Amino acid sequence: MAKYLLLKHYRGAPAPVNDVPMDRWTPEEISAHVQYMNDFAARLEKSGEFVDGQALAPEGAWVRYDGEGRPPVTDGPFAETKDLIAGWMIIDVDSYERAVELAGELSAAPGAGGKPIHEWLEVRPFLACPPTITE
Amino acid sequence: MDEALLRGLTPGVLAVLIRRGADFAAAEDAVQDALVEAVRVWPDDPPRDAKGWLVTVAWRKFLDATRADTARRRREDRAEEEPAPGPAPAVDDTLRLYFLCAHPSLTPSSAVALTLRAVGGLTTRQIARAYLVPEATMAQRISRAKRTVSGVRFDRPGDVATVLRVLYLVFNEGYSGDVDLAAEAVRLTRQLAAVIDHPEVAGLLALMLLHHARRASRTAPDGSLVPLAEQDRGLWDTELIAEGVGILQAALARDRLGEFQAQAAIAALHADAPTAAETDWAQIVEWYDELVRLTGSPVVRLNRAVAVGEADGPRAGLAALAELDDSLPRYAAVAAHLHERDGDLATAARLYAEAARKAGNLAERDHLTRRAARLNARR
Repeated sequence: MAKYLLLKHYRGAPAPVNDVPMDRWTPEEISAHVQYMNDFAARLEKSGEFVDGQALAPEGAWVRYDGEGRPPVTDGPFAETKDLIAGWMIIDVDSYERAVELAGELSAAPGAGGKPIHEWLEVRPFLACPPTITE
Repeated sequence: MDEALLRGLTPGVLAVLIRRGADFAAAEDAVQDALVEAVRVWPDDPPRDAKGWLVTVAWRKFLDATRADTARRRREDRAEEEPAPGPAPAVDDTLRLYFLCAHPSLTPSSAVALTLRAVGGLTTRQIARAYLVPEATMAQRISRAKRTVSGVRFDRPGDVATVLRVLYLVFNEGYSGDVDLAAEAVRLTRQLAAVIDHPEVAGLLALMLLHHARRASRTAPDGSLVPLAEQDRGLWDTELIAEGVGILQAALARDRLGEFQAQAAIAALHADAPTAAETDWAQIVEWYDELVRLTGSPVVRLNRAVAVGEADGPRAGLAALAELDDSLPRYAAVAAHLHERDGDLATAARLYAEAARKAGNLAERDHLTRRAARLNARR
């Protein structure tokens, strides 16, 4: 088994095919979308492949150490930040092919007009533990 | 086996061990062990005296666990051995436990965890699942909290407000596991109200009951939020409402108003309206004025602006809103609502979308996005 992170972006991903902001959908289309996402997670729980899923607020800040005895420096949020993560799902699956298959299903979530959004999701493998047998 | 009954006995059993001289952390571990034992043994062999059984087993567990330590430390301990405190009424014991678990030296998250475990008798695993953190993390949080309060002496009564804040936090955090935290908070507050006569304890209990009564109507079958005005009032639990109103009236009659009584009064006025349109908004505004006077909280002022918008019209609500800082949480949502009531749908839709971006949880975000979408579809 290998773990993969499916990343959803507010910004930074290539534009989806069905690119209409959510507040321009009908309320029923929003409900259908939410339902699809919930069903997807529930299905992965049943198949034993779901690990975690979380959504992130769009606004954050940059923080760094500023030396001994000084409070950390905070900056931002920066409107020009190119990449903005919206949320993630972590899955634990048998193969890369399976991870891609599931990301494809997630990207088919319905949007405006009840049609799939075709949203680009980023699939990133976790660095695993070293194997016990190495030779 | 009645798990609620079992857990209801927890604080009393713990208090007996502490009174017999066990330190808090060790006593708490021993009581947890006894509860586990009870779950295993009672179904086949129920005790006649449940509390007596738990005290006996917990005390034995405590002695077993400390025997090695005791042997090691016997010499030093003998010199400073104190006689065990005499018997005290069980009521004071339970109350002391509430104060200990909400002690001001604890962070809010630690106080919540310790209260759920020591007073509520939940297992570390259940608490961890309820707050969506790993069990090892929660175990550390609890044991650090136990260490923090181990040296606390109760030579004077604590401030009941600290206990109420902890119970309020438990009730208000909407996380879910296999434990219903809201119901647990109600149970613990009931238990507290039974051992202390204080109008704000009654006020908080009333507030919880009145909100708990509306729970079935707060979410649609698809999980989306249903705002108060659109809730099916037929789903409200009239028994809980009647109980909450009764408790509140008795508390108010004592003329020692506090913020929980005032909040409960607002909840009672909502509960009392057969339809949303029949809500007595003028009285609600008066209670918000009391709340502002009591707390000075900007969040209360924000909610007051909504009530003013209903009582005196959306323009009055917007005027009240204009006096507040627009960086307040939910400011955009309130502004959107008032503009919608005022007929300015374009502004309302834009503000709903902005509020959705600032929402602190998914259910609210989806709800606000739906509001924006509904208005955009109508324009």
